[in-house]
Amino acid sequence: MEIAQSYLSHIIKVLPQLFDGAVLTVEITSLSVFFGIIIGLFMGLGKLSKNIIFKVPSTIYVDFIRGTPLFVQILLFYYGIPGLISSITDSPFKIEPMVAAVVVCSINSGAYVAEIFRAGIQSIERGQMEAARSLGMTHSQAMRYIILPQAFKRIVPPLGNEFIVLLKDTSLLAVIGVQELTRKGQLYVAVTFASFPTYIGVALVYLVMTLTISRLVSWTERRLGVSDRRE
Amino acid sequence: MIVVNNLVKNFGSLQVLKGITIRIKPQEVVCVIGPSGSGKSTFLRCLNLLETPTSGEIIIDGIKITDPKNDINKVREEVGMVFQRFNLFPHMTALQNITLSPMKVRGLDKKEAEERAHHLLKKVGLTDKAHVYPDSLSGGQQQRVAIARALAMHPKIMLFDEPTSALDPEMVGEVLAVMKDLAREGMTMVVVTHEMGFAREVGDRVLFMDEGVIIEEGTPDEIFNNAQNERTKAFLSKIL
Ligand SMILES: Nc1ncnc2c1ncn2[C@@H]1O[C@H](COP(=O)(O)OP(=O)(O)OP(=O)(O)O)[C@@H](O)[C@H]1O
Ligand SMILES: [Mg+2]
Repeated sequence: MEIAQSYLSHIIKVLPQLFDGAVLTVEITSLSVFFGIIIGLFMGLGKLSKNIIFKVPSTIYVDFIRGTPLFVQILLFYYGIPGLISSITDSPFKIEPMVAAVVVCSINSGAYVAEIFRAGIQSIERGQMEAARSLGMTHSQAMRYIILPQAFKRIVPPLGNEFIVLLKDTSLLAVIGVQELTRKGQLYVAVTFASFPTYIGVALVYLVMTLTISRLVSWTERRLGVSDRRE
Repeated sequence: MIVVNNLVKNFGSLQVLKGITIRIKPQEVVCVIGPSGSGKSTFLRCLNLLETPTSGEIIIDGIKITDPKNDINKVREEVGMVFQRFNLFPHMTALQNITLSPMKVRGLDKKEAEERAHHLLKKVGLTDKAHVYPDSLSGGQQQRVAIARALAMHPKIMLFDEPTSALDPEMVGEVLAVMKDLAREGMTMVVVTHEMGFAREVGDRVLFMDEGVIIEEGTPDEIFNNAQNERTKAFLSKIL
């Protein structure tokens, strides 16, 4: 009983701080997925391009990011690259943790979104492009008016999934001191040693966020589905 | 109007067209028949460069379209194509399907494009379907919208690749009727078809293709009643 009571009081105390952290987590994730979509659109189109000037760099980028852990990417970007710049310029160089967080997560997300776009575009029947071309449209007109609008609908579910994955993975940013949800929990534990109630609280806040997002995604999916019931 | 000289198309090491030579006159309706895999679709798709010919030349209206310095898109504006599987744009209504290209490619304003589209919908008998999405249309209706969409670009030539093969039997007639109207109005048409009745009635000329070559050509009467080549006879005896 005593344990339960003490845990409960810790949870009540830590919750406002976790809430602050959660807000930051959502901000970083949203910004990163936003930039990730922009990067991913170009990189996805680049990967599909027949021109090696576009194809090779985007393929290298996607392979490198998807083939290495986000944790290592964070360390490399926050410590490694500033260190390199410092030794080249022979003067100290530092990046703001928040800036580093958004940049790294955007670059990371961009690679996954690129694959989502590529798969979405390739899933559109070949006949659609052929019909558009046979009507005199250029390749880019066909992409813009015919292929991409259809691909976007198919992209919504995997994009929602990417949002959820990244939201959870921003917990890795704790290592560079960004005060997102996990870091807030760590800070509270450092003072109180109440690790069980705190981390259970952290976990539950993540759970509420991820469940909410997946509901939002299915709702959007249903709304978009109306004019495209074709298999 | 269409001149094809020694057209060859390879897919990798597979030679699908082995030197096709033919002239098609303005307002002529040419029907292409032949067994599956003989290269009928490939031949048709070369005529609007959906496939790039390996060698040979294609001249449409005096423009050598196989010459890489000519603008493919300009050529395609003049050559309409109707596909076996309709290929309507599922995220657009029938009307939007028809108006998109005239607006984006020809630069028509919306009002003009819609007027033309309504006129074409009337022509194919779908006045009341303007604001309907393709998935709520029957196969025959979809194909008629696809024909209207191609006509909206005012093409000089229409290519049809088995336009009725994906349809339920009771819908074949309505599509063929639209095509007959077009032929009667003097459209130049190349039609790959298994509808021998249509070829007989509407075709000015019938080509029999097999293994990438035109084996025999002639009027419908010559081909259907008096074929000279053994392979043509064998093919016709199987399908008639
Ligand atoms: N993109 C492609 N890549 C490789 N081979 C192809 C391609 N398109 C067609 N072929 C091959 O070329 C040959 C001719 O195909 P085509 O589609 O022109 O025949 P078809 O006469 O239209 O047949 P069907 O009556 O079945 O439509 C076939 O052997 C086919 O497998
Ligand atoms: Mg075919």
